Amino acid sequence: MANTRTYDEDVLIEEHGFEDHFHDHHHGDKYQTSFLTHYIFSQDHKIIARQFLITGIFWGLIGAMMSVIFRLQLGFPEESMAWIKPLLGKWITVNEDGFGTLAPEFYYALVTMHGTILVFFVLTAGLSGTFANLLIPLQLGARDMASPLLNMFSYWFFFLAGVIMFYSLFLSTGPFAGGWTAYPPLSILPQASSGSGAGMTLWTLSLVLFVVSVLLGGINYVTTILNLRTKGMNMWRMPLTIWALFLTAILGILSFPVLAAGFFLLMCDRTLGTSFYISEIFVGGQALENVGGSPILYQHLFWFLGHPEVYIIILPAMGLVSEVLAVHSRKPIFGYKAMVFSMLAIGFLSFIVWAHHMFMSGINPFLSNFFVVFTLIIAVPSAVKVFNWITTLYKGNIRFTAASLFAIGFVSMFISGGLTGIFLGNSVLDIQLHDTYFVVAHFHIVMGVAAFFGMFAGVYHWFPRMFGRFMNETLGRIHFWGTLIGAYAVFWPMHYLGMAGVPRRYYSFDNFDTFAHFDGMNKFITVAAMIVFVLQVLFIVNFFYSIFKGRKQKTKNPWGATTLEWTAPIDAPHGNWPGKIPAVHRWPYDYGKDGEDFIPQIAPLAEGEKDHGH
Amino acid sequence: MTEATIKPTPVLFTGKWHPKKFALLLAIAGIIMMFSALTSAYIVRKAAGNWLEFKLPAIFLYNTIVLIISSVTAHLGYQAYLKGQASRYRWLTAITFGLGLLFLGLQVLGWEQLKSIGVTLDGNPSGSFIYVISGVHAAHVLGGIGALLLGVKTAFGPFKQSPRRTLRIQLVNTYWHFVDALWIYLIIFFIVQ
Repeated sequence: MANTRTYDEDVLIEEHGFEDHFHDHHHGDKYQTSFLTHYIFSQDHKIIARQFLITGIFWGLIGAMMSVIFRLQLGFPEESMAWIKPLLGKWITVNEDGFGTLAPEFYYALVTMHGTILVFFVLTAGLSGTFANLLIPLQLGARDMASPLLNMFSYWFFFLAGVIMFYSLFLSTGPFAGGWTAYPPLSILPQASSGSGAGMTLWTLSLVLFVVSVLLGGINYVTTILNLRTKGMNMWRMPLTIWALFLTAILGILSFPVLAAGFFLLMCDRTLGTSFYISEIFVGGQALENVGGSPILYQHLFWFLGHPEVYIIILPAMGLVSEVLAVHSRKPIFGYKAMVFSMLAIGFLSFIVWAHHMFMSGINPFLSNFFVVFTLIIAVPSAVKVFNWITTLYKGNIRFTAASLFAIGFVSMFISGGLTGIFLGNSVLDIQLHDTYFVVAHFHIVMGVAAFFGMFAGVYHWFPRMFGRFMNETLGRIHFWGTLIGAYAVFWPMHYLGMAGVPRRYYSFDNFDTFAHFDGMNKFITVAAMIVFVLQVLFIVNFFYSIFKGRKQKTKNPWGATTLEWTAPIDAPHGNWPGKIPAVHRWPYDYGKDGEDFIPQIAPLAEGEKDHGH
Repeated sequence: MTEATIKPTPVLFTGKWHPKKFALLLAIAGIIMMFSALTSAYIVRKAAGNWLEFKLPAIFLYNTIVLIISSVTAHLGYQAYLKGQASRYRWLTAITFGLGLLFLGLQVLGWEQLKSIGVTLDGNPSGSFIYVISGVHAAHVLGGIGALLLGVKTAFGPFKQSPRRTLRIQLVNTYWHFVDALWIYLIIFFIVQ
């Protein structure tokens, strides 16, 4: 059968596309004539993807630097911080002996900003913004998004949100310092902390713009996936990346408006004197005029977004990992439909578990039971996915590239972090574990490091598709092994801290004799964190060096992948395929079928051959 | 496309949603989520007690009628456009726009009346919720009025039927019917609650 199969790309691309209004003579995009419109205000999804990625890397670096500074405070409180004074200015006070101390209020600002930046700017915009933009049109055989204009706005709203957040770092009163969840009353009362004044105003403004960005992007992604698939690309022939990004976008559309509503009421409380979230509170000996508000109400609204948000972060990583694992183990993904249905289940469940973030904040224990049950049920679809990833690897012809290593690392992290989720999902265990380093360890491993691993797998794998060059493999592998070992070294010990009751977000444990013997562990964590940070700098160097000097991509399909993005020319113009768009004849995971290494989706079915999809 | 090829049918892409229409529906889904959040917050807060009961000024009810009529005129305007009745289409679009403005004006009056009976924005949350929810709704109506203004501008230009214009009218009307239905939901919610 193998020798009868023809899938000469040029022949197939000439086949008539589907509702295709592309005209050759435009050479892609008639608007992209200058540097400004080509690289800056571009409407080409491939450029927008790169913009999201590079902006995400910028924010990732800032957020990681912040974590190193507060880790220094936690690990080495007895060391002078005078040397960072040139960077942090008045937030480091130096006494007459030349000993520098980090201002406690700035420590809180660092923790808050680290969370906000990483959750929203890096792992939401940087991850799904990048890969939804890059892969949705390319893997579906579309010219671009349904609305390239709104897509461009999506990036620029994100950019504006970033500018405002960045500006808030330099306020004399400091950026917002009340934790990334911005719970009232701390986030409402300017008297509460120095960051709750102008810092909080800018924080809310920035995040409202960010919500607009996510909604514009998400609406575009869903519309594109449902409306602009090429001929033959039915839903069951979509790669799992697209399924993941599809569900991510739906979660975003349904949950971010709720956050916007929550923020809106918060703003009213801050500026218009309403009392949605605050009630009779004494500040500085004076009773506030506010009557009858409920801070728990904010928590409900926040976590109704907040919980789906963690799946908005992890689902794209899951999609990228599924694709990378299949390509690099040269095997079809195990249980394609089970993967889709488990993602659907996770997406659905994510909306009915939000109160597990609030077990200890005064909600009815009877209500807690309901949320415990649904939270624990999430383990089922998650386990299905883990099983399928491992069985995809099983007896695979695995190529241990940096991309596939990170994908395998993702599975490891997802298992380690997911298991502790089962502990935390129990409202009873939460009495001991809530607000401790156990929680910090759990969510950093399962949605922080794991999502980063998915993202790295995606970046190493699709780097040629973005820049026409490869990243350096050796540096990539050093990056992987160092980060894998380092991340476990950072977060594994935190479980012990947490079980011993060490609370998170504390500036210093000097006054707690109970925790004195954790000094060594805290030092160890800090050193490991610094090593991991250096390795991420190595990744950034590799990334930018490879854009200009990396090994050139010579063939269209360097990884031997089946999906459509590798059928477009290496330097694909706006519009992606010169001439007609490709048509699809089979599902995306025909690896090792009938003795053939891989069969691209554009290859027609041979006589009597059955498609695995529909 | 020329006029002769236009069929008087609201469907442009048979068998598939037009992407822009679909995108609008997704945006509407987002807005629905936002108002469900606000109204659930209302219910949760009310259940916590310390809740001021008051009678909603009748002006909000009159306003509902204004908005319903505007939806009807919007639809009739679209029908007139499809039938090629240029002047009827023009005036109905203009009337829809005017009714939209009237609605906003009456909302402001309604807020004034609320204030005059002692229900203020920064008072008991039961009043704050009315102001905030109807205010956020008004902001969405304002968006629709902006779109209608463009519609009026186009309508009073040279009359022609084109798929592009059909789509635009459909999009604006869909959104307008939505903010109308949203207000009906909200007013029933306020009355029942």
